[in-house]
Amino acid sequence: MSRNDVLVDAAWVEANLDAPGLVLVEVDEDVSAYDKGHIRGAVKLDWKTELQDPVRRDFVDQVGFEQLLSSKGIANDDTVILYGGNNNWFAAYAYWYFKLYGHENVKLLDGGRKKWELDSRELVTDVPTRPATDYKAKAQDLAIRAFRDEVVDAIGNKGLIDVRSPDEFSGKLLAPAHLPQEQAQRAGHVPTARNIPWSKAANDDGTFKSDEDLRALYTEAGVDLDNPIIAYCRIGERSSHTWFALKELLGLPDVKNYDGSWTEYGSLVGVPVELGPAK
Amino acid sequence: MTQGCAAPAQTAHLPATVDLNNEAVIQGTVIRDGSPVSGAYARLLDSSGEFTAEVVTSEEGVFRFFAADGSWTVRVLAPGGVSVDSSVTAETGTIAGLEVAI
Repeated sequence: MSRNDVLVDAAWVEANLDAPGLVLVEVDEDVSAYDKGHIRGAVKLDWKTELQDPVRRDFVDQVGFEQLLSSKGIANDDTVILYGGNNNWFAAYAYWYFKLYGHENVKLLDGGRKKWELDSRELVTDVPTRPATDYKAKAQDLAIRAFRDEVVDAIGNKGLIDVRSPDEFSGKLLAPAHLPQEQAQRAGHVPTARNIPWSKAANDDGTFKSDEDLRALYTEAGVDLDNPIIAYCRIGERSSHTWFALKELLGLPDVKNYDGSWTEYGSLVGVPVELGPAK
Repeated sequence: MTQGCAAPAQTAHLPATVDLNNEAVIQGTVIRDGSPVSGAYARLLDSSGEFTAEVVTSEEGVFRFFAADGSWTVRVLAPGGVSVDSSVTAETGTIAGLEVAI
């Protein structure tokens, strides 16, 4: 697996918009972004109302994912190009999610919506119609998904990477600073976690840094790239971004995303929590 | 349902659900030739220069962050390679306002 297999740039997407078997999918939390303008031909996916179970805190199940992709007109052999706002956080989350359910050909648009906008490339409001398909998903690939007990067991054993901002890691903030700070969970981080904010893996325009820079970033922060690694953030979307960098760009064999992340861990009774900078 | 990461609407007035007594708000407007600029990217960097948050400016050119007490930098990005930094100090219970000309 190389960078070209998982990441495409804006110029390539613009040149291949009408290629058969290629489906652009915009994933935004702010669904109004798509409605105001999107890349021509792109379909919309809502990470919360469509990818999450409406009652329990979990994902839609295998059958639910099949129904969702069928209704969007996405077929098993389509190449899916994901992009979105928030520096591709939710597009990376959807990428991980597509991999979780075994979709073969999926790639990220490097830099996502922001890079596309900063390049002043075309956005349209026409919503495409795609005929429904009969999509078949695989069972979840739990080799890339970590659950809470595994995170507690990883303390002192596996590499833990907390990709939130330094102020969230230390306990000064409870959420990214574009959100109000009153939150239910305790502040802090999982002991032994290294704090390597997701943003260090990206340039200002949202594109990923080079493999060489990424390898140096994690190694210099004290992460053993030969060990199993679990990444987490607040709700699992920024850590999908880092999971993508480690697993898909650097090709590390054992990297999991802990989608429960700090909103789950910081609410657990009795688990160890550490405040302040990394020890 | 876990609250996601979508910023509340970037309106000129604080959302009614936000209690300013508990928030250190940084808010501003991006302008070009005296007119508000919508669709610009405002990034909040902490005192070490590390990324903390990013929002897209509203129709009125407004951006807003919920920070913590201390010094911050707001970096505004716009098409054409525009990147403008502004320093700001936030304090709980207040709105630190700024205007960024690009």
